[in-house]
Amino acid sequence: MKLTFLWTDIMVWLLVFSLIAWGWVVLRSPQVRKQWQLIFQSAIAISCAIVLLTYLFFALLDSVHMRFAVEPDKTAQASTQTPPNETQYQGEMVSLLDLLFSHRIKQTERTYSAPFATHEHGKSIVVDDQSGLSKQEYLPLKYATTDLKNGKSHSFDIFQKSFAALLIGLMISILIIASHIKWRSHLQHRCFNTQLQHIWQGKTLLPWRTAYSTLLVIIVIFTWLYYLSYSYHVLGTDKVGGDVLYHSLKSIRTGVLIGILTTLVMLPVAIMLGISAGLFGGWIDDIIQYLYTTLNSIPGVLLIAAAVLVMQVTMDNNPQWFETTQERSDLRLVFLIMILGITSWTGLCRLLRAETLKISQVEFVTAAKAFGVSKFAIIRRHIMPNLMHIILISVVLDFSGLVLAEAVLSYVGVGVDPTTHSWGNMINQARLEMAREPMVWWSLFSAFIFMFVLVLAANLFSDRIQTVLDPRNNT
Amino acid sequence: MKNRFLSTLLLLVLLALTATINTYANVWNSPHHADKVKQDILFSSFSAPPKHLDPVISYSSNEWSIISQIYEPPLQYNYLKRPYELEPLTLTTMPSVRYLDAENNEVDKASTAVVYSEYRLTLRNDIRYQNHPAFVKNNDGSLLYGDLSADTLDTINHLDDFPQTASRSLHAADYEYAIKRMAVRQNHSPILGSMLPYIVGLEDYSKTITDFAKAHKEKKQAFDLRPHAISGVKVVNEHTLTIKIKGRYPQFLYWLTMNFFAPIPWEADLFYQQAGLIKKNLTLDFFPVGTGPYTLVENNPNKQMRLLANPNYHDAFYPSITTEQAAATAIPVELLADAGKKLPFISEVIYSLEKENIPLWNKFLQGYYDASGISSEAFDQAVQVSSAGTMGLTQEMQDKGIQLRGSVKPTIFYMAFNMVDKVIGGYSESAKKMRQAISIALNEEEYISIFTNERGIAAQGPIPPSIFGYEEGEAGTNNVVYNWQQGKRIRKPLADAKRLLAEAGYPNGISASTGKPLVLHYDTTATGPDDRAIMDWQRKQFNKLGIQLVIRATDYNRFQDKIRKGKTQVFSWGWNADYPDPENFLFLLYGGNAAVTTNGSGINSSNYQNPEFDRLFNEIKTMENTPVRAEKIKQMLAIVRQDAPWVWGFHPKSLSLFHRWFHNVWPNEMANNALKYRRIDGEQRAQQQQQWNQPVIWPLILFVLFIIFMIYPLFRAYRARQTTVISNNQQGNR
Amino acid sequence: MFAYIIRRLLYAIPILIGVNLITFLLFFMVNTPDDMARAQLGAKQVTPELIQSWKVKRGYDKPLFINIQADGTLATLTQTLFVQESLKLFAFEFGASDAGRDIGSDIKQRMWPSLELALPTFIIALITNISLALLLVLFRGSALDTSMMVIAVMIMSISGLFYIIAGQVVFSKLWHWVPISGFETGWGGIKFIILPVLLGVFAGLGAGVRWYRSIFLEQINQDYVRTARAKGLSELKVLFGHVLRNGMLPILTGVVVVIPTLFMGSLIMESFFGIPGLGSYTIDAINSQDFAIVKAMVFLGAVLYIIGLILTDISYTLFDPRVKLS
Repeated sequence: MKLTFLWTDIMVWLLVFSLIAWGWVVLRSPQVRKQWQLIFQSAIAISCAIVLLTYLFFALLDSVHMRFAVEPDKTAQASTQTPPNETQYQGEMVSLLDLLFSHRIKQTERTYSAPFATHEHGKSIVVDDQSGLSKQEYLPLKYATTDLKNGKSHSFDIFQKSFAALLIGLMISILIIASHIKWRSHLQHRCFNTQLQHIWQGKTLLPWRTAYSTLLVIIVIFTWLYYLSYSYHVLGTDKVGGDVLYHSLKSIRTGVLIGILTTLVMLPVAIMLGISAGLFGGWIDDIIQYLYTTLNSIPGVLLIAAAVLVMQVTMDNNPQWFETTQERSDLRLVFLIMILGITSWTGLCRLLRAETLKISQVEFVTAAKAFGVSKFAIIRRHIMPNLMHIILISVVLDFSGLVLAEAVLSYVGVGVDPTTHSWGNMINQARLEMAREPMVWWSLFSAFIFMFVLVLAANLFSDRIQTVLDPRNNT
Repeated sequence: MKNRFLSTLLLLVLLALTATINTYANVWNSPHHADKVKQDILFSSFSAPPKHLDPVISYSSNEWSIISQIYEPPLQYNYLKRPYELEPLTLTTMPSVRYLDAENNEVDKASTAVVYSEYRLTLRNDIRYQNHPAFVKNNDGSLLYGDLSADTLDTINHLDDFPQTASRSLHAADYEYAIKRMAVRQNHSPILGSMLPYIVGLEDYSKTITDFAKAHKEKKQAFDLRPHAISGVKVVNEHTLTIKIKGRYPQFLYWLTMNFFAPIPWEADLFYQQAGLIKKNLTLDFFPVGTGPYTLVENNPNKQMRLLANPNYHDAFYPSITTEQAAATAIPVELLADAGKKLPFISEVIYSLEKENIPLWNKFLQGYYDASGISSEAFDQAVQVSSAGTMGLTQEMQDKGIQLRGSVKPTIFYMAFNMVDKVIGGYSESAKKMRQAISIALNEEEYISIFTNERGIAAQGPIPPSIFGYEEGEAGTNNVVYNWQQGKRIRKPLADAKRLLAEAGYPNGISASTGKPLVLHYDTTATGPDDRAIMDWQRKQFNKLGIQLVIRATDYNRFQDKIRKGKTQVFSWGWNADYPDPENFLFLLYGGNAAVTTNGSGINSSNYQNPEFDRLFNEIKTMENTPVRAEKIKQMLAIVRQDAPWVWGFHPKSLSLFHRWFHNVWPNEMANNALKYRRIDGEQRAQQQQQWNQPVIWPLILFVLFIIFMIYPLFRAYRARQTTVISNNQQGNR
Repeated sequence: MFAYIIRRLLYAIPILIGVNLITFLLFFMVNTPDDMARAQLGAKQVTPELIQSWKVKRGYDKPLFINIQADGTLATLTQTLFVQESLKLFAFEFGASDAGRDIGSDIKQRMWPSLELALPTFIIALITNISLALLLVLFRGSALDTSMMVIAVMIMSISGLFYIIAGQVVFSKLWHWVPISGFETGWGGIKFIILPVLLGVFAGLGAGVRWYRSIFLEQINQDYVRTARAKGLSELKVLFGHVLRNGMLPILTGVVVVIPTLFMGSLIMESFFGIPGLGSYTIDAINSQDFAIVKAMVFLGAVLYIIGLILTDISYTLFDPRVKLS
């Protein structure tokens, strides 16, 4: 086994580490600390943050890829004249999430089945061997009825397993929450019980009570889904019998990556150009303004579509860039992120330019200029700190927009690779499924729920950030 | 204020709805006008606007489904008879053939001296063109509207804007004119390349006429083809035409059913060459002029196209066949009822643009389209398989009185190996075995079942059913991939495939010599949402043998480019018959047509080349359908099955559903001009639409009630607010 | 004022050249003229001569940016595909699409269906959003306000595709209220656009109401509003007399920029509901890689956007006497 890194893996881990580093640096300033504390004083904000972290957790889980060695085959060994010295690795790479769900990847059904079903969704033609007659029947699923052989009823089995899952989930969450309380009580030099009491009565500065209950709910839901996924297709199966729960979880990575990496890609450009335009003025300002007005005036979808077409051709002409389909679709994701970044920096750039213009007129900045403080120092000391809130707000606001945009782009046909798991691809396929009779609703439903929760959490969180950080709200 | 606004909005919505109710008589959701529904008008759809309606260039089925109703080539396929049979359409009899030697003396058909064959076409004298402004002439015979001034052009946006129209009778020279237009390179005729080696004099003519056309184009002059003649095409008199063909080419008669050979009146050609009309999208490519049963009166590719029955249409009658003949080919009796009646039955056809399957299907179920194909999503809803193994309609469809007709298309979808590729191609024993192993592992039956809902039959070779050379049963079984057991075709077990692959040097998909896994590249033009599932499935199939399949999705242009240059390994493609002859399928594997050796113009995209196969192909190419031909085709099939340049894939089955008011529907995969045989019962349709589309009103009532109940508490809250707001506000704002 | 508009129009020219340059670069990276010829000539039996003659006919045989063979230094730059095609665009002469239809007349024809969908959506959305926002401001701080704001965020968090799919299934398929898709001009066509319009309004409701509410709240905290209220004016009079009137300026300037782009139509709505407008025209062109159409649409979009910007500036001066254009 060896770890392998896709381009997006590298990007996302770089992002995570730089975020942690940035957070560590920034939080040393007491003012920023206070601001963040203010943000998390809202119960909604803290539970949204936990939901977002859960999504991020799944995205990260799915961003650790590895390859397993090919088991040396005896017949192959025998016929080989020169036995290979190095171990051969399988072409396919798996992520930690794939390992968790390996039971559901291997055990694919034939075609559609509803959530918790024991039989396929549609009838199939069955030819009776003896009589030679053929008839239509609901075929049983291959991997859903393992425990039902000794006459146990279907609903009782589900109930029994749900109960077990509930218990396990509760235990896990209590364990985690208790250790966290213990750690915090240790930090604040209180005894465990008083801390618990404070939390229970909601007397803590941050709404820990809400945080813990959110965590509890999330853990219980996921244990339940995971535990039952061993016996059932909890969210049904798709056209080729793939597990919809697994698809939805895999799609998290695509959604989250597009949401955060795109802003990451565009940030440096937007900040650099925005500040230079505002600070230096003159012909630099003219050029930058010209650049973003031009880009802005092209209808967004057209620009993206055109760029995606270019990217496809470039990739087709350079098949040596990737070895496997996974690498190919990953590269396409990287390019898509870049393209979205290129087309979305203009808005932030304009905001930053205006704000920089305003700040550079302020007295202490003009004074600093007069004293001959270098431009770079001015940017670092006076301008950047005053732009931080705009950048932060736009990052969080863009996030939900980008997650939604992915679905639309997939519909237009310029989204992620069709082999990539993504909610956009799921919705796109679901359009055809809705026309079936009886309707195949679970793919659309799953994509809807997973997407809705993420975007809702992001929107609510960005609301809170805006309320706290936007100076206009502090009057 | 707020409430007043809401109630006004509501009132408006209700008004709009009642207005709709009045116009559309109790059905809210009808996309058609109520008065049209009751007439014998066919409502149909098109998924993409046809690009070309000019018969010289048009070659795709969606274009032909329109222009075949308007233009009339000399021959047609009999609507009912099977196997497909040619019959005269604008001719009095079938064309007569004379065989000539090098000195143009008539010789016997079987003679070895045959160098030319001459086809003599004798036209009916009662055929007239549709009314069209191009036929209006001045006293000196020139076109009245042939040279429109800028002022006149300003008043013209549509063909209806011309005050006068006229007609004239069909002339043999019009068929000659069509062949001449084909020769002009600027017209981009897709079959010019195929006709050049056959029609005498066409090659030289094409060269000179192309230069002429270029010169005229540069001078911006109208270009009249009448003065320039092709040596092999002669107008004998007003109703007789002879066409001289090099050697023997019995398939030429099939070409004569195609729209490329439909008559073009010179008046129309000159009329439509005016730059002012082209600017207004009035060209021959958009508004055809023909002798057929229908005329195109509206062509809005963004919305709808409308055909009206041609008032000048000549006498044509519904075919009559004997009941024995009908029984032999399983033709239902109701199809014989109209025998001998004058065509066409339907007075108007309205094609609406419907890009997506889903709305199309739903509208069909609501009765707003008269016929529909079955998309794979809707299949379960529409079709079930009876105990006898034949397909039947579900109860739901039967209750609606919907009927089902289907036939296997003369089409093959195959997966091809590039025979010049280093890994998968070549004719060595190991390469052959590798391809055979893949052919076995790729379970076409499963593919047909999952992705086409059993609508297809697994192919045993390149030739589809209903084409000469196709065989049923054991004789027609591909014994490389199938075993014949107890009267059934059984796909060979996977173990056989694995063994073959091991013998080819890749046990379990891992190279015995290098220890590296076998990786194959599959090129596809996958873009749709459904393609992901297909690709997954294909990867799974190759995985069964331990082969890794890397999928390279590209757009169609790149895909074609790769194939032309032979830069592929594995890819899927399909072929649809031009005419019902095995030559039209076997030439896909003829070495002389290989894409790489013909600089990309060849049709043999897998670049297969086997000398024995090629020799046999040259023999059967011009033979008539005799037992000798059948035997040779059998040998050819045996060769390609062994070489396995294709995974043979499947022949799709077309199923079409139609409502009970739509009559005389009989699938004919070769004839495109079937519209004139169909009949509609408008009254019954109007009734059924009423019955099926009663709106569900209770949610509307609930919604209105909800709004009313919301208004009162809001009003009260406002009153309360009014009294307390100041104190609150002062606290709030501080 | 007049001079200002002229100056803005002149400034538009380099922008439009830039737009053209970008589309050109992008498209000729993807498509060689040979590809386009093949796509248009069909799949069966295409010879190199055919392709060459197609290219000559459409003018695609010239080099992209620099023509070495042309005589004269200026001609090396002007006798190119880029300059020739751009010049035509500036005269709004879009020429023929790769499929052979005249793009100008197609755009003229398809503009109206787009407007028939976009204009009602725009107006109804504007009215609904503003009145709901006023309602919320009226009841600010109450349970109604909070719950509606939560609902607004929820509406925002759902992908537009869901609304369309669900709307079609419920209203057209199950309840038979409106035709599933289609289009017709005139009053008879209302039944076709009623669903897409309402869905469009609803999908934009969340973001719209929040935006207008924040504008009104800003106004309501101003001193003059407080004075008005202190004078004993009724809440409604305060809302309509002061808050709405003073909120008009930010609303107008935000809205005016959108109006010209309404002509471009909505990509998703039009293709879902089979409305033959410019939006579905664009999507089709992307799918069939019809460069001529895409180029024309990009150019048109850019022009409309710039018109929108100019209109915004003008509306500033018209409605806010403090602002003067210079």
